[in-house]
Amino acid sequence: MSDELAVDPIACRGHGLCADLLPELVRLDEWGYPLLARGPVPGSLRPDARRAVAACPALALRLKR
Amino acid sequence: MSTALWYFSRASGLVSLVLFTGVVVLGALGAGRFATREWPRFTLAAVHRNLALTSLAFLAVHIVTAIVDGYVSLGWLDVVVPFVSDYQPFWVGLGAVAIDLLLAIVVTSLARTRIPPRVWRAVHWLAYLCWPVALVHGIGMAESDTAYGWIVGLDVLCALAVLGAVVFRAVVPDPDAQARKLSPLRR
Amino acid sequence: MTILPPRRLDLAGHRRRHGDLPLSRPGFADAVAAVNLRGRGGGGFPTAVKLRSVRGRRPIVVANGCEGDPHSHKDKALLNLAPHLVLDGIQVAAAEVGATEAVLCLHEGSPVAAGVAAALAERADPVPVRLAAIPPRYVASEESALVHYLSTGDARPTGKHPRPAERGVRGRPTLVDNVETLAQLALLAFSPDTYRVSHLVTLTGAVRNPGVVEAPPGTPVGALLARAGGETEPLQAVLVGGYGGTWLPRDSGETVSGISSVYALPARACGLAYTAKILAYLAAESARQCGPCMFGLSAIAVDFAELVRGGDATGRLARRLPVIAGRGACAHPDGAVRLATSALRVFAADVSAHLSGRGCRVLAGVA
Repeated sequence: MSDELAVDPIACRGHGLCADLLPELVRLDEWGYPLLARGPVPGSLRPDARRAVAACPALALRLKR
Repeated sequence: MSTALWYFSRASGLVSLVLFTGVVVLGALGAGRFATREWPRFTLAAVHRNLALTSLAFLAVHIVTAIVDGYVSLGWLDVVVPFVSDYQPFWVGLGAVAIDLLLAIVVTSLARTRIPPRVWRAVHWLAYLCWPVALVHGIGMAESDTAYGWIVGLDVLCALAVLGAVVFRAVVPDPDAQARKLSPLRR
Repeated sequence: MTILPPRRLDLAGHRRRHGDLPLSRPGFADAVAAVNLRGRGGGGFPTAVKLRSVRGRRPIVVANGCEGDPHSHKDKALLNLAPHLVLDGIQVAAAEVGATEAVLCLHEGSPVAAGVAAALAERADPVPVRLAAIPPRYVASEESALVHYLSTGDARPTGKHPRPAERGVRGRPTLVDNVETLAQLALLAFSPDTYRVSHLVTLTGAVRNPGVVEAPPGTPVGALLARAGGETEPLQAVLVGGYGGTWLPRDSGETVSGISSVYALPARACGLAYTAKILAYLAAESARQCGPCMFGLSAIAVDFAELVRGGDATGRLARRLPVIAGRGACAHPDGAVRLATSALRVFAADVSAHLSGRGCRVLAGVA
């Protein structure tokens, strides 16, 4: 069971909460948009990932199977 | 005893309104832009949410005490069905309208990652309808109140706060929104 | 037999050249797979896979004849000279996926619209074909943008999901194919035993006979230039694949698969200045839905303009180019990054010249 982080690029407004909550997997580029680490989310970070998904004001961050 | 509960109901209603004003102001501002190191974006988002939950608690007290006090005739149904109460059907009814809208907002917000984003957003925008309806409900209900002047004054302050936040959001540029406006395919 | 006839053919002439429209045959998709036909609209996606993935109720075929890239004219030539080949291809594809209607998309103001309409009027097809005028913007002819426009009137791309084959125009399974791809399907249907894939390639720039040539897949750039009469002056580099394509050195032995356009840059032109102009255009044509595209493309366009003026933007470009591609809903930013990256590689000597103050190799750029 491997979840991967993905962002809907059209919905994303560059709020940046994802990078605040999940700095291990999300950096922001110079314009404030998320750069996601590739590959599955490590099990230890999965709760934080879910928190980041719930926190996105634009509902742009997703956790996909 | 019942008059005490009635006063308590009105007081908690006022507190709830002031707290909800804070919620609407934070939502309208898009508070993420005011983030600092001590108040990161997710903290401001959490304040918006927690303030809403606190306000809901005061709202619950406001409703329960209003019904239970026996000072005026209000039933449980009057909470969600507008304009059918025996006492002040119009002003109480507005409160019910606000409750209905608020229920939709709260339920969709609890389920926001499981419903289509467009649905969540559309219902959330109803907050801009819910809040003024609640405000007017408060003014109407306080008409015969001796503290009417103070209540109206407080309401005016709340309205100015929300208006200010809305104007700020409309006027102060947000780089993402500004960039999107320049699309050659914009309709 | 060449794809393009020497002169425009009406329906009668087309039937004399190719015969009657073949009825759909079982195993057609397998035949398409066997010849390894790939999309001729720039994506190069295997056509058979696309054909097989369109499933469901009331499929619709969308023929993309927009050809928004300024370096590409092959689709216009095809629609001008052999419209019935494309229209036959639409019928073949429609029969294969079970479509009940088809739409042929052209940009508003397209010079071939009148001719295509006239060709349509000559026919009595089993699957009705209507013409649609698409807003004349660069990204409007992208696959998901076309589907979006036909469904809602909004010509902005929507991203890869849902795939048009599953849910496209108005929720119906949709096959979107370039008009040359559809013409190839018709040719395969006409002669299943003797068909061999042959590509249409547009050649522009410093060649003797700029225009459209036919060549087998995998033809090297040098041979393509020869088919266009060779170069009119010494060449510095070629741009393969249009505005969102790749710069290659003139004598690159590299073969790019599925080439659809080649622009020949003369040695006396400044490749950096030309690239800067294209990047500015691509930045302006962004649909502006995705942060990395709407900010990133403007930023690299400004950086390139700075480079042309002699300012050192190489550090910024090195930082920005790797993080822009792949982060948009469509491939528009990817093309801009590909162009910029290959320009920095192919014109590296010019970059040094501009930065060192030795000046540009030209006094005026090539338009």
